[in-house]
Amino acid sequence: MIEKVMLVDVSKCTACRACQVACKQWNKLPAEKTQQHGTHQNPPDLSWATWNLIRFTEVPLKDGGVKWLFRREACLHCTDPGCQRACPVPGCIVKTPEGAVVINSELCIGCKMCVNSCPFEIPRINPENNKAYKCTFCWDRISHGLIPACAKVCGPGAITFGDKDVMIARAYARAKALGGDATVYGDKYVQGTHVIYVLPEKVRMYERMVVNPSIPISLILWKDILKPLSVLAIGAALVGTFFHYVIKGPKRPEEGGE
Amino acid sequence: MSNHWNDFANADVILIMGGNPAENHPISFRWVNKAVEKGATLICVDPRFTRSAAKAHIYARLRSGTDIAFLGGMIKYILDNDLIQKEYVVEYTNASFLIDEKFGFEDGLFSGYDPKGRKYDRSTWKYQLEANGLPKMDKTLQNPHCVYQLLKKHYSRYNLDIVSQITGTPKEDLLKVYKAYAATGKPDKVGTILYAMGWTQHTVGTQNIRTMCIIQLLLGNMGMAGGGVNALRGESNVQGSTDYGLLFHILTGYNPVPRASDKTLKDYIEKYTPQTKDPKSLNWWKNRPKYIISFLKAMYGANATKENDFGYGWLPKLDDGQNASWLMLFDQMAKGKIKGFFAWGQNPACSSANAGKVRKALENLDWLVNVNLFDNETGSFWKGPGKDPSKIKTEVFMLPCAASFEKEGSLTNSGRLMQWRYKAVNPPGQALPDLEIIHELFMKVRKLYKEKGGTFPEPILNLSWNYGPKGPDGSIKHPNPHYVAKEINGYTTKDLEVEDPKTKVKTLVVKAGQQVPSFAFLQDDGSTICGNWLYCGSYTEAGNMAARRGKADPTGIGLYPGWAWCWPVNRRIIYNRASVNWEGKPWDPKRAVIWWDGTKWVGDVPDGPQPPGAIYPFIMLPEGHARLFGLGLADGPFPEHYEPLECPIEKNLMSSQKFNPTAKLFGEPGVGAGADKYLSCDPRFPLVCTTYRVTEHWQTGVMTRWTPWLLELEPQLFVEMSKELAKEKGIKSGDRVIVKSARGEVEAKAIVTDRFKPFKIAGQTVHQVGIPWHFGWVTPPDGGDSANLLTPTIGDANTMIPESKAFMVNVEKKGGK
Repeated sequence: MIEKVMLVDVSKCTACRACQVACKQWNKLPAEKTQQHGTHQNPPDLSWATWNLIRFTEVPLKDGGVKWLFRREACLHCTDPGCQRACPVPGCIVKTPEGAVVINSELCIGCKMCVNSCPFEIPRINPENNKAYKCTFCWDRISHGLIPACAKVCGPGAITFGDKDVMIARAYARAKALGGDATVYGDKYVQGTHVIYVLPEKVRMYERMVVNPSIPISLILWKDILKPLSVLAIGAALVGTFFHYVIKGPKRPEEGGE
Repeated sequence: MSNHWNDFANADVILIMGGNPAENHPISFRWVNKAVEKGATLICVDPRFTRSAAKAHIYARLRSGTDIAFLGGMIKYILDNDLIQKEYVVEYTNASFLIDEKFGFEDGLFSGYDPKGRKYDRSTWKYQLEANGLPKMDKTLQNPHCVYQLLKKHYSRYNLDIVSQITGTPKEDLLKVYKAYAATGKPDKVGTILYAMGWTQHTVGTQNIRTMCIIQLLLGNMGMAGGGVNALRGESNVQGSTDYGLLFHILTGYNPVPRASDKTLKDYIEKYTPQTKDPKSLNWWKNRPKYIISFLKAMYGANATKENDFGYGWLPKLDDGQNASWLMLFDQMAKGKIKGFFAWGQNPACSSANAGKVRKALENLDWLVNVNLFDNETGSFWKGPGKDPSKIKTEVFMLPCAASFEKEGSLTNSGRLMQWRYKAVNPPGQALPDLEIIHELFMKVRKLYKEKGGTFPEPILNLSWNYGPKGPDGSIKHPNPHYVAKEINGYTTKDLEVEDPKTKVKTLVVKAGQQVPSFAFLQDDGSTICGNWLYCGSYTEAGNMAARRGKADPTGIGLYPGWAWCWPVNRRIIYNRASVNWEGKPWDPKRAVIWWDGTKWVGDVPDGPQPPGAIYPFIMLPEGHARLFGLGLADGPFPEHYEPLECPIEKNLMSSQKFNPTAKLFGEPGVGAGADKYLSCDPRFPLVCTTYRVTEHWQTGVMTRWTPWLLELEPQLFVEMSKELAKEKGIKSGDRVIVKSARGEVEAKAIVTDRFKPFKIAGQTVHQVGIPWHFGWVTPPDGGDSANLLTPTIGDANTMIPESKAFMVNVEKKGGK
């Protein structure tokens, strides 16, 4: 199967952050200058230079105990990517047959439409060159039969990568085995994401995990309704112009009255 | 480790205590996760809720330094509820052995204590013997002097109330852990323990581990797949370095370093070769003469002859009673008694307990050679914080060396697995592999001795040095690790024949000059040369066993016998004869390690080829039975709770012995070098502190602090504390704070967290904080300095490993509240 899915089994993640480093290594991303700011999560957020971030969430419990949740945050590679819908530059955001959604930053004009249209708030702008960046699903590895760098280095086996149907089946089997509040996250949203999670806790327990992700209505309005309409309008205009030409003939310079 | 990394996947219950594998041995969680996926219960016991705790089914917190109380309570629980694996305990441990009637224990002290010398006369810690010299036993376990009854009596004091008051662990959590772990006493249930420096770095470190050994024996978990006692070593090759005699008191293969009074080889052999009269005891150390003589032959080659005691006189000796461990070395340096120092692949100015004392001691050196990948706080100590370079005479040399992937050689991991690795890239600039540096150094030293003589030139001039191809002039241009590995394995100097005991026919086993196939063939007549008997079999005529990469798993329990090579004799799980009963039937057939098929053993390499019932399983001990009652330790045959040297409570609730009565004190006049201060129960230092590591840094950070991607993740020294303590101190997460002990102070960033909670100890509230020791002033500029500026110079009574896991500090917001 050419279409791939990355399964992030959060129950197995130990937050060793090998994925975070491997991502930087493979993609030649620079280290950010950080400070210890009272948590182990660093850098504090995704950025143009950090595409894969482990979020650490402490959840105090009523009995005095605590849960410490670790979640890998990165692009989920939607089947229906809001970023691609929103991007005004043809060919700047592309989908690969494997399911990767890739920003070609060379073509990016820095309009931030992708940033505002992502249901998961993933893409980030590099303020120095005003271009958008995010995880590429390691398209330059997977298109050569390798697995993404983060999956490759995941010692505890939390990140795995494979054929879509196999991975989805594995995710549901794992969630069932975990029981309790365990769920599968991703395959039901935006026509299915190519990164899916097994979450042992309720979705809302995880920092910045979107409970019901969807593409912004405004974008749907724009892309699905207004944009086709505009195409229609442009088409109508063109048709009108054609008939005008046929009926009235070409515009002649002398008519301009110069 | 008695077992090995991927064996964790076989466990029913995994206890993480005194370690934090999710953070410090991240790959181990591949196997922990596999076990959990199959339904195993994961338990984590730690003062702090760690990344390991985050994955555990049961978490229990305890105050640092109270592990013996915690586990002593578990022993009591197991015995009270009779959850032991009875057949195993009776047949394979010394539970039934009768102990000398004069042996006793009272108010925290075992019989024979000498308060002046702070040590025990151990003459009553011994077995009663029958007329034939064999230990007296009572297999009904009823005799009041039998080990089982003594054990029961000793731990009867460790009831839930007192344990909870000492450890601060809520009683219901103690019970949860005890119940889950003790369930592995059933023959077909197995539990394993993963521990690390959280158990060793205490004044009672050895006894922490002993307590768990007792539990593992009572539950029948030693020798089993998914069982054992598993030390997660603190460095990728530290198992190898110990095997190869890097410590002051052992030569290679755990042969003791001779003492001054061991004048001849005969003295040495008589003193260190144990005897037994029991025909069922294999008593493996009876082979000591073969191993030490083969070692001497490796040292001095043809210069070692029977006539000159195989060069035994040239071996360096320790004075009688001398302790030359790490803390003692730097104490001697602080007293000005050591003039030169090779800091080879280490950074004591950050890694050593009481690092301030070390940094001061370095000033007394005439010269210091720093062999490392990067400059560090040790090599640059003379320009460190508070130093005036113009007043420091020490001449420092930096020798850049190759990193692990820039050289070829072997590495032995915690699971005793010796794996060969290859050079990936050349070392940069002038950096050389350690072997090249040692080689050049030795060539120079030998030349000097040859030309100028010296006080005692023989050990140097007679040393055998054949570690590379020789040119026409007999010199070695470049040493080669394969030559070293081959000598470690050993070879013969003459044809080796073995006589059949029945037919008296001799057959040729190894031709002269060939590699010895296994340590069973080593000789005590000088005809075999072997650098380290434990590794005999690792580089045979068949080639370099450590370079093997076979992926077959014939037993299905992850032994992978064709992958690299494991000491001893490629045995993947040691004490494996204890995994079967006297008939050779596995206690747990669904994960059998070995079994007797009627004619031979199948599975792992057994602890001795003898048929079932012929020998006792614990072959390294002269009595062949595992020791619930330990005969040889400095601080007692049963582990007993003592407080850490620095602790928050006035009185040890178990006895009037506050701390380990045999721990060596440096703070006393004439013992230490003046830099050693201990303050217990001092209102200025009310907080218990422990040091630890994080995943993102390695040791003192000499490699990782120069790696921007890792520094990005953990950029600065931090101190973790509870919300309750932070409120008291007016500290918020991210604030700059000062952490202070009796010995020094560091600046750190505060992490205020629910993962630390105040303890209720003996009715009072005790706070604990924790701090990593990866940082140092050289780089990064705003990273902070070493947490070891805080830790005390006090060591374990047996090993002298420093007590850096439990000491007292204070934390204040920088610049006041």
